[in-house]
Amino acid sequence: MLLKGENIGFRYGKGPWVLKERDITVESGEIVGIMGPSGCGKTTLGRILAGYEKPHEGRVILNEAPLPKKGYNPVQLVFQHPEKAVNGRWHMKDTLNEGWEPNDEVLEALGIEKAWLKRWPNELSGGELQRFCVARALGLQTRFLVADEMTTMLDAITQAQIWHVVLDVAKKQDIGIIVVSHEKHLINRLCDRVIDLSPVKVS
Amino acid sequence: MMKVIETTTIKTPYLKLNRRQQTIISIILSASFLLMIILGGIFSSNEKIQTYLEMRNLSPSLQHIFGTDWLGRDMFVRTLKGLTLSLGVGMLASASSVIIAVVLGMAAATMGRKVDTFISWLVDLFLSVPHLVALILIAFALGGGIRGVVLGVTLTHWPSLTRVIRAEVMQLRSSEFVEISRQFGKSSWWIATRHILPHLVPQFFVGLVLLFPHAVLHEAAITFLGFGLSPHQPAIGIILSESMRYLSTGMWWLAFFPGLSLLVMVRAFDILGENLCTLMDPYRGHE
Ligand SMILES: Nc1ncnc2c1ncn2[C@@H]1O[C@H](COP(=O)(O)OP(=O)(O)O)[C@@H](O)[C@H]1O
Ligand SMILES: [Mg+2]
Repeated sequence: MLLKGENIGFRYGKGPWVLKERDITVESGEIVGIMGPSGCGKTTLGRILAGYEKPHEGRVILNEAPLPKKGYNPVQLVFQHPEKAVNGRWHMKDTLNEGWEPNDEVLEALGIEKAWLKRWPNELSGGELQRFCVARALGLQTRFLVADEMTTMLDAITQAQIWHVVLDVAKKQDIGIIVVSHEKHLINRLCDRVIDLSPVKVS
Repeated sequence: MMKVIETTTIKTPYLKLNRRQQTIISIILSASFLLMIILGGIFSSNEKIQTYLEMRNLSPSLQHIFGTDWLGRDMFVRTLKGLTLSLGVGMLASASSVIIAVVLGMAAATMGRKVDTFISWLVDLFLSVPHLVALILIAFALGGGIRGVVLGVTLTHWPSLTRVIRAEVMQLRSSEFVEISRQFGKSSWWIATRHILPHLVPQFFVGLVLLFPHAVLHEAAITFLGFGLSPHQPAIGIILSESMRYLSTGMWWLAFFPGLSLLVMVRAFDILGENLCTLMDPYRGHE
């Protein structure tokens, strides 16, 4: 399976072009990094690839076809701030099971404790919440995962644990991963290939 | 959390309660006050508000704590019955305005441009007419009575809350957890009912609390002016307007106690609502 962004151009409103003539391809099972300084459009590109945003120019293609408009999106996105990505009025169990029902194996690997399932989001730390968001996004129908600064705000140990599980699941389910980060170390360690967004030549 | 409770209670064991306990106590007090009004209004016998000409125009005493009127009816019982009726009318009217506001606010924010424009236009239209005028017209057109008053209050009070709710829904709709839900293929209806509606629960109760005094006071006002409930109904507005004729004779208690009780009841409802909101909001409740 192939996720492809072709000749993508994007701007917010009438603002400057954040992305221009950007091409990107990711294959199943591949781990691709998107790197660059803050504000260079990494998040924007990630959102476009996951179908959250429509590009003004170019298109996103999954397996020779546009992203499906209805049903489970095979390209899932994990955000940087988990506390915004979960409904504050839902118990964690409902949040976890919104897209699919992760098996105990995944939960255990991610270090999600059974007791957390009964809690409200504001009773968990950011790191604990992010584990839920990761588990939630790794459904069996997920073919690609865009991880937008997924572990940036977490401590090194949590970061390592989460990535370990994600890579493991990705291998088993043949998921392609797009690692969006400004951290060179992380990208170099994880990725097969890196796309650098930093030089903005467009005026 | 348990620790915090312990330390505060140990330091000042009897006087200072923590926020949650204060909230709960306020709820219990105001709720039982309202309940007493309702029970009193329903179960107090009609005997005391029969005409007793030999007991006319008595000023407040232990036997008749609110005094009696020009027909010898006990003002306390009349007031209780009036308050109960006001409470019912007020609840009905404010609840239906809030329901309209939630439905229209959700529709405006989720059903596309045209619906939004139309609802905003409606809101502006209704807001441009002064409440009391619209209220009187509607109640008058419907021939007064409880139905006229409830509909009048309902139709004049939904717009401002609709605006608030529309704005809230707009913001929720663009939140990340809703975006994610869409990527899981959830329908708009599912998102509206599961994700958005629970966030409107505080708005719903705040709306009730804010609208209730309006509803009650407007009901009393138009009844007082003669466009609302019929003189046969034991409404506070009726009591007040009848009492006006006797004020000049120095029978101050006829209007004073019913009017004051109305305000006290409205305030009790206010306190109840405010504290219920605090208790139910998981963001604040767990502090
Ligand atoms: N919702 C938005 N509205 C307007 N401008 C935005 C919005 N989101 C991002 N931008 C702008 O687009 C540019 C790229 O943002 P982003 O993709 O978030 O960068 P990165 O993730 O690389 O830090 C920035 O200059 C930012 O100010
Ligand atoms: Mg970013």
